[in-house]
Amino acid sequence: MFDWLHLTIPPAPAMFAQLLVGLINGAFYAMLSLGLAVIFGLLNIINFTHGAQYMLGAFCAWFLLNTLGLGYWSALILAPIVVGVVGILIERLLLRHIYGLDHLYGLLLTFGLALIIEGVFRQQFGSSGQPYAIPPELQGGRNLGFMFLPNYRAWVIVASLVLCLTTWFTIERTRLGAYLRAATENPVLVQAFGINVPRMITLTYGAGVALAALAGVMAAPIYQVSPLMGSNIIITVFAVVVIGGMGSILGAIVSGFALGLVEGLTKVFYPEASNTVIFVIMALVLLVKPAGFFGRAS
Amino acid sequence: MKTAFATAVVAFLALTVPASAEISGDVVKIGVLNDMSSLYADISGPGSVEAARMAIADFGGAVNGKKIELISADHQNKPDIGSAIATQWFDNDGVDVVVDVPTSSVALAVQEVARNKGKVFLISGAAASDLTGKACSPTSVHWTYDTVALANGTGSAVVKAGGDTWFFITADYAFGHALERDTAKVVEDNGGKILGKVRAPLNTADFSSFLLQAQSSKAKIIGLANAGGDTINSIKQAAEFGIVEGGQKLAGLLVFITDVNSLGLQTANGLQLTEAFYWDQNDETRAWSKRFFEKMKRQPSMVQAGVYGSVMHYLAAIKATGSDDGPTVVKQMKATPVNDFMTKNGKIRDDGRLVRDMYLFEVKKPSESKGPWDYYKQIAVIPGDEAFKLPGPSQCPLVKG
Repeated sequence: MFDWLHLTIPPAPAMFAQLLVGLINGAFYAMLSLGLAVIFGLLNIINFTHGAQYMLGAFCAWFLLNTLGLGYWSALILAPIVVGVVGILIERLLLRHIYGLDHLYGLLLTFGLALIIEGVFRQQFGSSGQPYAIPPELQGGRNLGFMFLPNYRAWVIVASLVLCLTTWFTIERTRLGAYLRAATENPVLVQAFGINVPRMITLTYGAGVALAALAGVMAAPIYQVSPLMGSNIIITVFAVVVIGGMGSILGAIVSGFALGLVEGLTKVFYPEASNTVIFVIMALVLLVKPAGFFGRAS
Repeated sequence: MKTAFATAVVAFLALTVPASAEISGDVVKIGVLNDMSSLYADISGPGSVEAARMAIADFGGAVNGKKIELISADHQNKPDIGSAIATQWFDNDGVDVVVDVPTSSVALAVQEVARNKGKVFLISGAAASDLTGKACSPTSVHWTYDTVALANGTGSAVVKAGGDTWFFITADYAFGHALERDTAKVVEDNGGKILGKVRAPLNTADFSSFLLQAQSSKAKIIGLANAGGDTINSIKQAAEFGIVEGGQKLAGLLVFITDVNSLGLQTANGLQLTEAFYWDQNDETRAWSKRFFEKMKRQPSMVQAGVYGSVMHYLAAIKATGSDDGPTVVKQMKATPVNDFMTKNGKIRDDGRLVRDMYLFEVKKPSESKGPWDYYKQIAVIPGDEAFKLPGPSQCPLVKG
């Protein structure tokens, strides 16, 4: 009778495997929602272009490989820089004109940008995606007993954890982070102390965008390098950020990993719902705690 | 100025009054409806529009003195959007025929609209065999391929080669369900067993969880009842998890040449697939594909080639009957054999299914390929009657007996 719920609970080893896989997906959610949280928390911009910037990072890596012969490891450093510069240009030319306005304008502007960027790439490359191989150093995998863990996926978890913790530490525990947080609360006062607030804002946006691009480079070998990759993932990432609390860095990281786990479990018990379970949770969270788990009601 | 405008409006309205002539509105209007922007855009998309344009041009741009017009739209893989566009096209825009429509759930919805309005529906992109089964319509022709042919093609070939235990990874919508159902029947009829299945939402990026389930089932064959981006992701990620090294094989039940292009021969080589058309099969296909390539800068998929064929056959039927009335034209199409660069001696069945030869291809190794898009070697021809043979009696009410 309960066939539809796949209630034949898989044996423990298989469960661990699914949890691990869910954690890996969570790593991508965490990296992307981190960039979003940084940008929203410090700049009050709802950056809908984030998905397109993630896609730009992946395409940059592909381009570097196919045109300049530069492999994955160089792309990890170069792609975020290149896309970060693009982000800075976007901020300088477009975003700074709408800072004082309602959040909605930022949303509309960045959403429009995302559509343009994706449209251009889709026109050029089609929707099927380009091949990008896993770097030779990370190919293969190891048999952990309960599952075969690809080396590349293990790398993703480790790298994203390091990245998330570094970013959190920089913002919450260093002086630079303190300036950033102060500038969000009271830019005039901070500027009065001689700190160049507009430049900090620009660089922060660039850093958030670079984080998205880095996630894109890491995604390139396992997902498709396709113009659609950003729009597919960005809605889920927004749900993650809302659940964690818009603007909370720790919230984004924790909910990213946690929701990856939840999605992984759903894929075992009721896979048809795996696309929607995060949104169901988001709806519940908004009803019960609108500021999100870690957010501060403003 | 205002009166001039008003006069123009009135004159325009007079033009839209249905003419008593046989060809409605004095123009034959063709609407290409497909996925222009998402995972099926490369298989159909702007390429299908170009194929339709080529057919119209080759036909001479007019039929029985009436001009042929072409419009197109993006159904975004959503049945509600697809049926809304079709309704608007038929009711307000004077469209006589809707062409292509990949994504079976959208095709089923559009078929309902077309049937209710007595308008023609030429299906190239969609696959579900229900379109000529339970949901069949007297004004539809299912042109290029369907899930029965895929099951009889790839499914049958894989089972006969020893793949007798299967685990399905299925796209969770009409097409995936139909493909899984039809293939499971072929597998079981040939003595195989289905060990399990998992339904993944359409447009899933990460299949690792489903692949792990497939791995633990220990089935010899992992049947991919999905298409487009989903198939590409499944195959790419299966390579990561050492599925093939572990002794299991992947059966891509619906693979297009654009998918192979995206995967690269390194990953895709050895994959067996069933298609209705390949650009490099013979001189005729090469000549047509060359024209297509010049415009689109990529080789055509079977869906796009099918759009050309179906539009040509449709226009010929209008010419023969002198009318663009739905049931009349389709009756004529069913009475005439199909012969073009893609189909030889094809015949449209009573249920609307075009019975044509299908081909079993295998993806070449990188060393065997002589250039871009040189991806397939032909393993077998599956004659039409065998490919489209139904597993049981037809479910279509139009079929007598």
